[in-house]
Amino acid sequence: MTRAWLLIAVLAVWAAPLQAQDGVPPAPYANVQLADPAQEAKAHALMLTLRCLKCQSQSIADSDAPMAGDMRSLVRERIAAGEDPEAIRAWLVERYGDYVSYAPRVTPLTWPLYVIPLVLLAAVGLVLRRRLRKGDSA
Amino acid sequence: MSEPHKPSRWTLWLPLMLFLGFAGLAMSGLFRPAEREVESAMIGKPMPQFTLRAAVPERPGLSTADLADGKPRLLNVFASWCLPCAVEAPQLAALEAEGIEIVGVAIRDRPEDVAAFLARHGNPFSRIGADDRSEVQLGIGSSGVPETFVIDGQGKIRYQHIGEIRPEHLALLRDKLKEAGS
Amino acid sequence: MIAELGLAALWLAAALAALQLIAGALALTQRGAALAGIVRPVAVAQGVLALVSFLALVVLFWQTDLSVELVAKNSHSAKPLLYKLTGTWGNHEGSMLLWAMVMGLSGSLVALIERRLPEPTMLATLAGQAFVSLGFYAFLLASSNPFTRLNPAAIEGAGLNPLLQDPGLAFHPPTLYIGYVGLSVAFSFAIGALVTREVGPAFARAMRPWVLGSWIFLTIGIVAGSYWAYYELGWGGWWFWDPVENASLMPWLAATALLHSVSVLAARNALRAWTVMLGVVAFSMSMVGTFLVRSGILTSVHAFAVDPQRGSFILGLLVLYIGGALLLFGLRASSVSEGERFAATSREGALVFNNVMLSAILGIVLVGTLYPLLAEALGAKVSVGPPYFNPVSAIFAVPMLLVLAVGPLLRWRRDSLSRIRLQLVLPVLLFVGALVWGASDAMGILPALGLALAAMLAVASFLPLKGRKLRQVKLPLWGMVVAHFGVAVALLGMASDAAFTKERLVALREGEVTEVGPWTVKLQRIEPVAGPNWTALRADLAASYAGGKVSELHPAARSFWSPPTETSEAALKTRWNGQLYAVLGEESQGGRWQLRLWWKPFVPMIWYGGLLIALGGLLALWGRVASDLRRFVARDKIAWRRSRQGR
Repeated sequence: MTRAWLLIAVLAVWAAPLQAQDGVPPAPYANVQLADPAQEAKAHALMLTLRCLKCQSQSIADSDAPMAGDMRSLVRERIAAGEDPEAIRAWLVERYGDYVSYAPRVTPLTWPLYVIPLVLLAAVGLVLRRRLRKGDSA
Repeated sequence: MSEPHKPSRWTLWLPLMLFLGFAGLAMSGLFRPAEREVESAMIGKPMPQFTLRAAVPERPGLSTADLADGKPRLLNVFASWCLPCAVEAPQLAALEAEGIEIVGVAIRDRPEDVAAFLARHGNPFSRIGADDRSEVQLGIGSSGVPETFVIDGQGKIRYQHIGEIRPEHLALLRDKLKEAGS
Repeated sequence: MIAELGLAALWLAAALAALQLIAGALALTQRGAALAGIVRPVAVAQGVLALVSFLALVVLFWQTDLSVELVAKNSHSAKPLLYKLTGTWGNHEGSMLLWAMVMGLSGSLVALIERRLPEPTMLATLAGQAFVSLGFYAFLLASSNPFTRLNPAAIEGAGLNPLLQDPGLAFHPPTLYIGYVGLSVAFSFAIGALVTREVGPAFARAMRPWVLGSWIFLTIGIVAGSYWAYYELGWGGWWFWDPVENASLMPWLAATALLHSVSVLAARNALRAWTVMLGVVAFSMSMVGTFLVRSGILTSVHAFAVDPQRGSFILGLLVLYIGGALLLFGLRASSVSEGERFAATSREGALVFNNVMLSAILGIVLVGTLYPLLAEALGAKVSVGPPYFNPVSAIFAVPMLLVLAVGPLLRWRRDSLSRIRLQLVLPVLLFVGALVWGASDAMGILPALGLALAAMLAVASFLPLKGRKLRQVKLPLWGMVVAHFGVAVALLGMASDAAFTKERLVALREGEVTEVGPWTVKLQRIEPVAGPNWTALRADLAASYAGGKVSELHPAARSFWSPPTETSEAALKTRWNGQLYAVLGEESQGGRWQLRLWWKPFVPMIWYGGLLIALGGLLALWGRVASDLRRFVARDKIAWRRSRQGR
């Protein structure tokens, strides 16, 4: 009996904030995996690299926000329809800009991200050559 | 002890240079107003193809074709469960009273909740589509509720307003609508 | 009363830090030499006062003194005692006081213990430490006073973020802070050495225990933080390349490089300027990280309040200390010679390689973390995440780990690979074999490389013990072996998690069964439970591995009422070969409950490996300190005998 009362109490506390969120069940594939494991793996890999727009810094694979659920469903449905993951990413970037993707593209604004590692690589090579070759003569 | 090897002069100053660059960047980051919103990249592009069922019985649903009839209008993305959406209701009512057409997109909402929301805060919408899976929201690059888009007569997105419309935003929205109409 | 005592102690500590700075600086000049005697006692007193101030705050939180603003805002009388106490540092002011306290105490310890360095270097070091401390005292007193009274007192406290009501919080931030701030000692030593131009093996030996100690704490802090995020955020991820995580990784990378270059300096009197530079960089990274986290200028899951005033104050301190130190470095380092030479194929050569690669990874993490900020300054928003960090850091990490297998086998100064080629046969075979197997499994390049490197290192890390009598092996060597083995273990966990994790999302009714990997999981029932300051819905799961013994798991969804928040409590079942991870989601239609289940083979190895790395550090530290102590005792004995003979 006490258990039942406690359940009601918990549900009352529980239901209120959830109700405030929204009243509609999540999109069909928000929390449901695709039947084909290969497709699901593709979808999951893509979801890990898409940013949840409502959250501070989480991928849509790692978020409870309803909008992240809708985005997961969108990704899974499109993968199931045979669309290429990168095409889905491009579709989202076309709508939200580069912010939505954790995998930065090479653009006039982001090329240093990829040039700096190359510069570092060159610098590393140079330092090692200078330091290590000089020593050889000793 | 062997011949001392001295590092070249400019490399010794490199760390300081890099640090000063960082400090400048951090300074600019501190004093720039925090921009937490994600803007849509769809401005200037046509609305995507969609057809939404009616969210409430007394207003028709919404589809892409409804937005390309030669008249500019506002598209308001809202939800009954969103508090700021109630805050902007008077401003939407004022715009509607001026003869501006406003269509609504209700995000993840049940018909009875939308009806209750409209009964309480007024209904400025000529059409309301029910976007149960954020299909239109994702399609136009909107990342929250409420948001208001200016759509021109050809069905192109011309302007995005993020967050609730406050009285001080009205003039700007009217201007953007006028631009979209010309 | 206690709040006033704490505040008074803080003011006094600040005053003593000022005195320590002035006396230390003057004592370096000829006319002020008489002041040299007071610097050490003042440093000790300053640390003790900082401790008193911190303990006063702990007591206030313990008593839930609601007349103190900080307590009222961050605590609640109904909170469990443990979380009342840990609440002391679960907020901005308290954590800054913890920072200042650790810094003061480190200064005290240096003043008490360190006797090897020439006196001028010591004085400059203590003055440097006081200079840095002074800035943080000023920050606390001017804009983050933890002892501000509330009049009238609050009736009840506002509570503490429920995510933070977890044993993880009890250990993670303080450990990390001790690590961050411990590096301030290395920083001050570097400043002291730059001022007096005394860089050599003695300097390295004096600095090494501090670097080791801080590095151990940093390692444990990062391991704890990663595990905490793993089970508390409820998504089964253990590293997200979030700015706050990167902020803790950067000092660790710098400290790891420093640790290795200090060894070269101590053993071979080489890499002098480089070691000094790393000493400056390591603590600079601690401060930069703290700034990035506390100022809120980067978007992160760990939401900290954005406060431009506090942010600019910390930035000012950063410019003063880091800018000042780097200026001094630019001016003085050209007079610090690089020291002894060595061949490319030598222990030093391998350590230089390791240092350069670690620094490059540090550069990548820094660039990737700051780039969104730069893009925003240019008017665009970009996100940089795992698809960037993982492969780009691997470019440098993979060669580094390959050299890690060989480096410890090489002799100092000059050696040849042909001498050790027989020892390398087994590791190389393991590497190639695992790589081929990984490629046939189509698991992706990085996981396959990770497994191959783990297999190679697991064997290679023990090779330095070959041909030695195990009972005579010194502790620091054991430390190196254990730490390097820990790297292999952690790599195995990371690669295995990436390659073999199985995920199952289901909606089950009570009594229904599902499978994930080798596990069969039955949802027995959903029931309500109540805790001290929360209520929860809890799932009773019965899980059995490959049809074996049934064990119970209880993932729950908790609602806290002060402040009202919901958290999801994951349930874990650990076996020797992996972990079952269960999360209870929302109720969906028809009395079904959403469950997220993961089977993660060998994932705990990530944290066991991390702890082994820390244990290795501990063994090395123990060995070094013990031999230092023996030397001191011997020297004191000689001095004592001499003084008796003299009499």
